[in-house]
Amino acid sequence: MAMTQAAAVAGGLDVKADFPIFERRFDGRELVYLDSAASAQKPDAVIEAVAEHLRRHNANVHRGVYALAQEADAAYDGARRRVAAFTGAEPDTTIFTKNVTEAINLVAYAWGRANVGSGDAVLITQMEHHANIVPWQVLCRERGASLRYLEVDDRGEISLQALDRELARGDVRLVAFTHVSNVLGTINPVAEMTARVRAAGAVSLIDGAQAVPHMAVDVAAIGADFYAWTGHKALGPTGIGVLHGGREILERMEPFLTGGDMIASVDFQSATWNELPAKFEAGTPMVAEAVGLGVAVGYLSDLGMERVRTHERELTAYMLERLSRVPGLRVVGPPEADRRGGLASFTIEGMHPHDIAELADRGGVCIRAGHHCAQPLMRCLGVGATARASVGVYNSRADIDALVGALMAGREIFELGR
Amino acid sequence: MDDLYRDYILDHYKRPRNFGELDPHDLEAHEYNPLCGDELGVHIRVKDDRIEDLRFQGHGCAISQASASIASDELKGMELERVGKLDADWMLELLGIPVSATRRKCALLNLKVVRSAVTGDHAWPA
Repeated sequence: MAMTQAAAVAGGLDVKADFPIFERRFDGRELVYLDSAASAQKPDAVIEAVAEHLRRHNANVHRGVYALAQEADAAYDGARRRVAAFTGAEPDTTIFTKNVTEAINLVAYAWGRANVGSGDAVLITQMEHHANIVPWQVLCRERGASLRYLEVDDRGEISLQALDRELARGDVRLVAFTHVSNVLGTINPVAEMTARVRAAGAVSLIDGAQAVPHMAVDVAAIGADFYAWTGHKALGPTGIGVLHGGREILERMEPFLTGGDMIASVDFQSATWNELPAKFEAGTPMVAEAVGLGVAVGYLSDLGMERVRTHERELTAYMLERLSRVPGLRVVGPPEADRRGGLASFTIEGMHPHDIAELADRGGVCIRAGHHCAQPLMRCLGVGATARASVGVYNSRADIDALVGALMAGREIFELGR
Repeated sequence: MDDLYRDYILDHYKRPRNFGELDPHDLEAHEYNPLCGDELGVHIRVKDDRIEDLRFQGHGCAISQASASIASDELKGMELERVGKLDADWMLELLGIPVSATRRKCALLNLKVVRSAVTGDHAWPA
């Protein structure tokens, strides 16, 4: 164990001490957290920033003239600038939402209802999270449009040629796809995809939930019309998500949610809309959560996203190598760590994923089991569910060793042999 | 010995009783566990207002498969009226292991699908 700890420190980040949750013990055992793809743990700096905002700077935003309200304004607007800078976006076109789900619904309602009609098509991929499927199903059903899927191949990847073929049919209005698959780990060639979508005159939306927290993402370079991600997977609080959009397309769109803060003026019968980004942020926003996210992306920037990616890629390579030696275990998705984000979904012959996760917990190891909100993909893979281990900046090789140890112990309980 | 994965649970999991198709059958239903997407179906043959025979279809975790297997022998011969009144405690006592809140639906999926077939009620057993 001591050797693997040392190797982990030499090969990557050593920041676990920044995350107070790892002080906890479960039945005397240390917390081995391998579920960052579901939600990341929070560094002290984020927890303190949220508390400090509520303790010393809390007031509603964009309304008060008093000094405290101006502090709240500055905190909220400052958080937006930091978040936009983190992903290479403009603050005005960086809209705070509740999460990725709300960001995609914003586009499906505010853009989709006005631009997708009967005979049109929306194109998504078989590897999408339900958040990037269901809003398009509802839109297409309502508008008489068709919803088509790009297939996932045996390696867990989608083909640019298939995308070209679909776009050549001439009816595709929008292409929505994930940057990094939450099940397969696949990193999609997003810049190549958006270029093709743009050339075909269609609009692109990227779900970046599993990308932004784990690698350097420059939304301007990627060139999507819409790019969504969420705070709680990026070391920030829950309840805060982000939608980056192109300025022109956002200005042409009608609002999604309506009410306070998103208006310029309100008459008895009608209203006019505020400028970007306020037009898409109705009601009192999540101020403390935005402040927390601003500090979270600052923390990640200080680590350096290239270092974060290197650390997690090396851990993933180690995880793939160790898992490959567990009897009966099959990992889904691209075999090479270079082509995937920091996660591995797997099945074990003779053990249901729920039982795998339950038995991992006996060893204090937190992994996820289930359909990962991607039931269509599960059908493509021919499985009902998988177990998934995912890494973050605070993980080390010792965590992977603990996982493998727990899986081997589980195999013994299930009398599957070592 | 593991508290949850006891010998008889693993035995029922690996060799589930009364699984497969039952044709002809009088009642059938199919239900999902939203937690994991697992599915379970049931075929029931009825005689004299009792379950004469039944078979489950589907795959699931050790808890859900063992629950269905253990319940199946108890359900054979049971009056339909009583089946409709079976509650979560009946199943959990029969199972005889401590089931956590998150695994509760795994244990109750078989009772849900049987009650659904008999009464048309799709609610989770309370």
